[in-house]
Amino acid sequence: MNAQVEAQGEAPGAHLKTHGTRRSYLIGLGYAVILTLASFWASSTDLIYPSGVPILLAVLAIAQMGVHLVFFLHISSASDQTNNFLALAFGIFVVGLTVFGSLIIMTNLNHAMMPMDRLMQMQR
Amino acid sequence: MFGRLTWAAIPFDVPIVMWVSAVVGAGILAILLLVTVKGWWPYLWREWITSVDHKRIGAMYMILALVMLVRGFSDAIMMRSQLALAAGGAPGYLPPEHYDQIFSAHGTIMIFFVAMPFVVGLMNFAVPLQLGVRDVAFPVLNSVSFWLTAAGVLLVNLSLFVGEFARTGWLAYPPLSEIAYSPGVGVDYYLWSLQISGFGTLLSGINLTTTILKLRARGMGYSRMPVFCWTALASNLLIVAAFPILTATFAMLLLDRYCGFHFFTNDLGGNPMMYVNLIWIWGHPEVYILVLPAFGVFSEVVATFAGKPLFGYRSMVMATMAICVLSFMVWLHHFFTMGAGADVNAFFGVATMIIAVPTGVKIFNWLFTLYGGRIHFTVPIYWTLGFMVTFVFGGMTGVLMALPPVDFILHNSLFLVAHFHNTAIAGVVFGVMAGYSYWFPKAFGFKLNERIGKAIFWCWFFGFYLAFVPLYVLGLMGATRRMQHYPDVHWQPLMLVALGGAVLIFTGIILTVVQLVVSIRARDRNRDLTGDPWNGRTLEWSIPSPPPAWNFTLLPEVERTDAFWAAKQSAAGQQRNAAATPQPYTSLQVPKNNPTGIFTAVCAVVLGFALIWHIWWLAVLGLLGSIAVLLMQAWRTDTEVVIPAEEIARFEREYALKRTLA
Amino acid sequence: MSATGEALARSAEIPLSLRGPAPTRSVAGFGFWLFLLSDIVIFAALFATYAVLSGETAGGPTGAMLFEKRHVFIETACLLASSVTCGFGSLAVQRADTPSVYFWMMLTFVLGAVFLGLEGSEFGGLLAAGAGPTRSAFLSAFFTLVGTHGLHVSIGLAWLIVMLLQVATLGFQPMVGRRFFCFALFWHVLDIVWIGVFTIVYLGAH
Repeated sequence: MNAQVEAQGEAPGAHLKTHGTRRSYLIGLGYAVILTLASFWASSTDLIYPSGVPILLAVLAIAQMGVHLVFFLHISSASDQTNNFLALAFGIFVVGLTVFGSLIIMTNLNHAMMPMDRLMQMQR
Repeated sequence: MFGRLTWAAIPFDVPIVMWVSAVVGAGILAILLLVTVKGWWPYLWREWITSVDHKRIGAMYMILALVMLVRGFSDAIMMRSQLALAAGGAPGYLPPEHYDQIFSAHGTIMIFFVAMPFVVGLMNFAVPLQLGVRDVAFPVLNSVSFWLTAAGVLLVNLSLFVGEFARTGWLAYPPLSEIAYSPGVGVDYYLWSLQISGFGTLLSGINLTTTILKLRARGMGYSRMPVFCWTALASNLLIVAAFPILTATFAMLLLDRYCGFHFFTNDLGGNPMMYVNLIWIWGHPEVYILVLPAFGVFSEVVATFAGKPLFGYRSMVMATMAICVLSFMVWLHHFFTMGAGADVNAFFGVATMIIAVPTGVKIFNWLFTLYGGRIHFTVPIYWTLGFMVTFVFGGMTGVLMALPPVDFILHNSLFLVAHFHNTAIAGVVFGVMAGYSYWFPKAFGFKLNERIGKAIFWCWFFGFYLAFVPLYVLGLMGATRRMQHYPDVHWQPLMLVALGGAVLIFTGIILTVVQLVVSIRARDRNRDLTGDPWNGRTLEWSIPSPPPAWNFTLLPEVERTDAFWAAKQSAAGQQRNAAATPQPYTSLQVPKNNPTGIFTAVCAVVLGFALIWHIWWLAVLGLLGSIAVLLMQAWRTDTEVVIPAEEIARFEREYALKRTLA
Repeated sequence: MSATGEALARSAEIPLSLRGPAPTRSVAGFGFWLFLLSDIVIFAALFATYAVLSGETAGGPTGAMLFEKRHVFIETACLLASSVTCGFGSLAVQRADTPSVYFWMMLTFVLGAVFLGLEGSEFGGLLAAGAGPTRSAFLSAFFTLVGTHGLHVSIGLAWLIVMLLQVATLGFQPMVGRRFFCFALFWHVLDIVWIGVFTIVYLGAH
């Protein structure tokens, strides 16, 4: 029964042994705590060039999302995880397009369609 | 007590609506009375309403779509006749505030309640059969999806009799759709009916994607799947990825309208263009959600009726998945004129032209499949040939408008209207009609009348050109969409020709109903006794027509594409076909009937209606009801019913007997 | 097909895609994963709107004026901890260890409830200060994005109660095990979304 269940590819996490995943959660917690503390520190410190802070925050956030996916959701590149991985990749593609596409387009529109008096104010 | 619902909501002063209400009401009552008197309720409840069988649900989607086609098309006839009259200073017979509701309802109904149910219905019926499995991944969820769509239909139709519909076009752009400029219930009817049915569609997308990726016959690897299943996969992936954006955007508009938020208002920082941006991130994938399954139908039809394997299976699959990804990268072409810079416009213009390429690949593959084959000119092939010619024109006008400078002239003109009807009708409608004729014998066990079927095709084919070529010309002459009257009397002859085309198409729709009646009455003469009326290539033709509840007595094992064709050609296959399915039979489990779907929909209608009319206590009741239905399903443990081996044996014996008579 | 035939068919040499219909647990988990991805797309639309409208304060208060980082830190800690307790609870479900399931899942519930309480008090404070969602587009976007996440957490807590009732009344049937699995997926994804929220909304406030 177990072999049958294991053989056909699982949604994230279902296939790993018990003690293995207990460690996995604790390691994930450790990384996540470090990354969270780093994010909070980065947003309030003077030690980092201000223009670089958003990028650092983005990197830390993406890293922590990765930690959650790997250590809590057990997404991997194992062969029985391919469907889950590809679905996630497609989801990330759509999310990226929605967020960044919207930002680029709306910024472009807002700038191009700015009322004349505000435009002149900006140039003064 | 009743929110803002008063007797004034019923349009006593609009005779057309009152008459239609009376007739429809009488018709519904007559049907309910007939069913009650004949004692059909137990049968209907058991076999259809609470069915979780994908074949039944697919059929119900098709019936729903056909009924709504009549409603959506009457809107079209009204628009065409209004425009045929309202030339120069003439007012026509539809005042602007009604005309606005009519064109908004026409678009909303045709996209969400005709095209989507047709396409989802076909996929629901055919995909599990082609994959060689017993049902979709989540049968109860399937029923819920259908009934939520029906709930949306009910709400939209209610708007005709109680209250009004939106006057904002089928996408309800703010600020016109905001509470300040549309204070009535129309936009709320639009938003809630689409939120409800949209949720059903999303669940259906999850269901079919999971089915195709996780439930296939043994040996059916991805490269051995029928192309219709590939296009269904792409379409359902798009549903899962795109519909949530529609949900979120409508939710934000609802928050603006109900709670005074400022997402898309003119004041306090709102940005109406953000709505336009988001809605088209959904809107463009939506048109591919509709057309990809139609492409899949054509792939099946050309291969079957040319008697050859589909040309270029791999390139077909790659083109399909390329369209799936690219469809998310072109959405700005719907608002080239709204102020983006030339560089942004250029990117999306180029991307739009690129997306035409995979479709071109498909057209060539279909052509090369037909070339060198022995073509049987059946009704599905007629639809396919009509599609190939007509859709290419529509695609080309799309590539024309992909050029931003051209689009600046043609945006929101009748040229645009002609383009999207060109692709929607030639692509989606022709595809659905082909699929309908192709799979009808499998679903019901007898063929449709071929002669009337061909007449229906010619009505749609010539009707389309008559109705929409004038619109292309008018668009180039400066006519805009959504106009209730126009100043230039020279446009009137073209409008009259367009009306003629609409009448011809209407004849085709009437003939569809006639064809059904005639075919049902002649069904004994046209029975499909073998299960394989077209000498088909894929697995659905290897089982009886109509299939038993369990689809396949023996789950098939597949070794290559066109699995059934291979089996027929091989000697072992011929021998196997001659005898009944080998013994001994084991009993099988199939999912049990489940009322969750219909109960959820009833609660959804109550909730939606209450929210529209601001009857808050009723909304709470609707919500509590939905939760109660969910909890009942959560504790339901008897979800399967056993079909005993004797029943299967009896069925197989009868099937073998029928085959010897064929 | 005989039992040995089935076992042979499931042997490792045959690629997954050729082994026939997958077992129910795999099908249910994947379907729910797809549902979660669709939920993430809803959040993407809300994030995009927030990003576009974050500067539209209409003369009203900005994020930097309103948000308290200490408050957010505690909320983040609660949610992260609840993810780990939920993980331990999942392991207990796999072992069918009822007392552990109740312990870890109730702890998850409490941490989630504390999170919601903190968020509710933040919202209440903002409303009282006149910085409600109707004040500006920025605030509309803020309340909707963070509020939708909070709504998901609330639904998760209600679902958790239902799941514990299901264990009490139905035991650890496969159906119950599958649903716990889906709940855990849901809960972890909510924490992932929260990473986006606290980074973009609170730490990125200007």
